[in-house]
Amino acid sequence: MAEQMVKTARQRPGTMRLIDAFGYKLPPAGVVSILHRVSGCIMFVLLPFVIWLFDVSVTSEISYEQFSAIFRAGAAGIPGWFFKLVALALIWSYLHHFIAGVRHLYMDATHSVSKEFGRSSALATLALSILLTLALGYKLFF
Amino acid sequence: MTQNYGSKRIVVGAHYGLRDWLSQRMTAVMMALFTIVVIVQVLMPGEMGYDKWAGIFARQWMKVLTFITIISLLVHVWVGMRDVLMDYVKPVAGRLVLQVFTIAWLVGCAGWAIQVLWRL
Repeated sequence: MAEQMVKTARQRPGTMRLIDAFGYKLPPAGVVSILHRVSGCIMFVLLPFVIWLFDVSVTSEISYEQFSAIFRAGAAGIPGWFFKLVALALIWSYLHHFIAGVRHLYMDATHSVSKEFGRSSALATLALSILLTLALGYKLFF
Repeated sequence: MTQNYGSKRIVVGAHYGLRDWLSQRMTAVMMALFTIVVIVQVLMPGEMGYDKWAGIFARQWMKVLTFITIISLLVHVWVGMRDVLMDYVKPVAGRLVLQVFTIAWLVGCAGWAIQVLWRL
């Protein structure tokens, strides 16, 4: 199926369309790149949520208690585990964006733009961000 | 490449230069430094609670650092979201609406964050 799609995509000239993109196996560097965008967009959308958490966590001792209760008992009729899941999405987004960003800066500064480095550093980025997310997720849920 | 100057210039394009690219990198460095500073202070000895957490942001130098980080975030997210919108939203009208929304969203968030920070 995928091969057929790639075949038809090859015959057709012009810019790549979404259907062509799905028939193309993305290399690790490409996966890191698109996830950099996805994680950035997630954090953009959740920015008011982050500021709300910052607000309740620093404003007063009473609001700090509310802040802890958000994840234990929930808030506004939404259960606590859901807030934990959103926090986990934010944790992954931040870690991935951070590590992929450091990779970018390193490549810019040292001109490490070989195919091999692109691949190995992309795999390291994916592994590190997922492992750290699992570790912090474990701390968050258990 | 189609004509892209004078009256044909794309009004919702980038600024055709190094500035945005560089500011995205520099603001990233700023936010990374801020992240490390916060983590170090969180890991300092002492039980985590309201006093320790709010105390971190109550110090004047930390307020200034956090303020700079909020402004960095504003610039960084603007460049990033604009890049995303330029890649995926082609009609000028739709892109303009989304870009204006992005700016409004970011300025609103920054104002709120600064308000929270400065009443500490």
